[in-house]
Amino acid sequence: MSDPVLARHTESPSPDPADATQGNTAETVLGVTTGALVLAAMYAVFVYVPTDSFQGPVQRIFYIHMAMWLPTFSAFALVAIASLMYLWRRGPGWDRLGRSSAEIGLLFCTLGLATGSIWARPIWGTWWTWDPRLTLTLVLWMIYATYLLLRTLSATPEQGAVLSAILGLSGVIDLYLINRAVYWWRGIHPAVIANREGGSGLADPRMQVTLVICLVSFFLLFVWLLVLRMRTARLQDILEECREALARGPRAARV
Amino acid sequence: MIAILWKDLRIELRTRETLSSLLLLGLLTLLILSFAFDPASELRQAAAPGVLWVAVIFASVLGMNRSLLHEREQDCLHGLLLAPVDRGTIYLAKTTGNFVFMAAAQVFVVPAFIIFFNLPVGETLVRLLPILALGLIGLAAIGTLFAAVSLRTRAREVMLPLLMLPLATPLVIASVEASAALLAGQPLAAVGHWLNLIGAFDVVFLVVGWLTFEYVVEE
Repeated sequence: MSDPVLARHTESPSPDPADATQGNTAETVLGVTTGALVLAAMYAVFVYVPTDSFQGPVQRIFYIHMAMWLPTFSAFALVAIASLMYLWRRGPGWDRLGRSSAEIGLLFCTLGLATGSIWARPIWGTWWTWDPRLTLTLVLWMIYATYLLLRTLSATPEQGAVLSAILGLSGVIDLYLINRAVYWWRGIHPAVIANREGGSGLADPRMQVTLVICLVSFFLLFVWLLVLRMRTARLQDILEECREALARGPRAARV
Repeated sequence: MIAILWKDLRIELRTRETLSSLLLLGLLTLLILSFAFDPASELRQAAAPGVLWVAVIFASVLGMNRSLLHEREQDCLHGLLLAPVDRGTIYLAKTTGNFVFMAAAQVFVVPAFIIFFNLPVGETLVRLLPILALGLIGLAAIGTLFAAVSLRTRAREVMLPLLMLPLATPLVIASVEASAALLAGQPLAAVGHWLNLIGAFDVVFLVVGWLTFEYVVEE
């Protein structure tokens, strides 16, 4: 750790400077647990849980679909917090948190929309309806896709961080208004919502167990991905600074 | 604030660039969308409020891109930032300027809309006025903020609609729905909740813009 640029980055609360770049035992445990639980969730969804009497086998996708939303909304909430904190405190860590959780949130959001669509085709008879929830989610997807695009199109990473933080903040402030608008726009579709939660009847305890396993396992997957992504983001930042230091010349790098 | 507003208005009065392009784009959008719907069908009347708002939004996106591009071209923004005023004030001045331009363009676009869609003149004007005014404030508020954001990226012109339109969803839905209800002859009270929503949107984004503009323009 003779390189001062690298050393500055690894001033983490943990005593071992290698932590920041190499991961630790807790992370390994988290990864292994997540892997095992996701496998268990797959087993539960495809083998353990009984087939829904009304909807048939296609209902099994519901467990995965439902499990996508907890990570999605946690991620977008994290983006909002990170945006606010970044504008306020300007810590690069907040920026990395915003960037990482936006990416992972978008991933889960996409999967959630896709699984929902696959389920809706046989059950509702259409891939897509302008149900308020669907509309809201699609608008959210757009906002966070732009959030990531804004970063890649910014002149410098710092600028991208500031600008996207403003967008992240605006997005969450707008959320309430979007929500109101889409609900008033399409009225309330009680049948849709009741069908999904009540009507499909997770009466069988095995169904409830499966849902819980899915929720927990995919949430852990989210946490694990976030930890990994944060570390990659940190490595990227270090790499970027090393590059800049080298570009300034060997003398500058040593200052 | 008045000085900045006055400066923008004076530039516009001398060049008439923004206003004329705003106006033509608004009219063209109306024209193209009229082609898109069969003139004889019922659908066309039903689509009328949507057509108007698409025209308004496209024109405003273009106009707001221009208004901040002016500042960029000769590095005027730097001069503006050096002025001893709060950044929030600059934002409010630019927003007001954009609102004035957009409103001016509507003076021509709305009559064209009435003619193309064969609507009763006086009634339509009176009914659309409050929604247009509120809607334009919201578009100016969010557009000015994100025009400043998109100016700082590499894909300037493309970025503004991408940033602005998803966030403007509630505004678009509320404006179109309220216009449709009013054009269908419902009383103003029937669209009160939509007007409230647009009003809330205006206030929220004026405040957000006022508070965050500082971060957008800083070097």
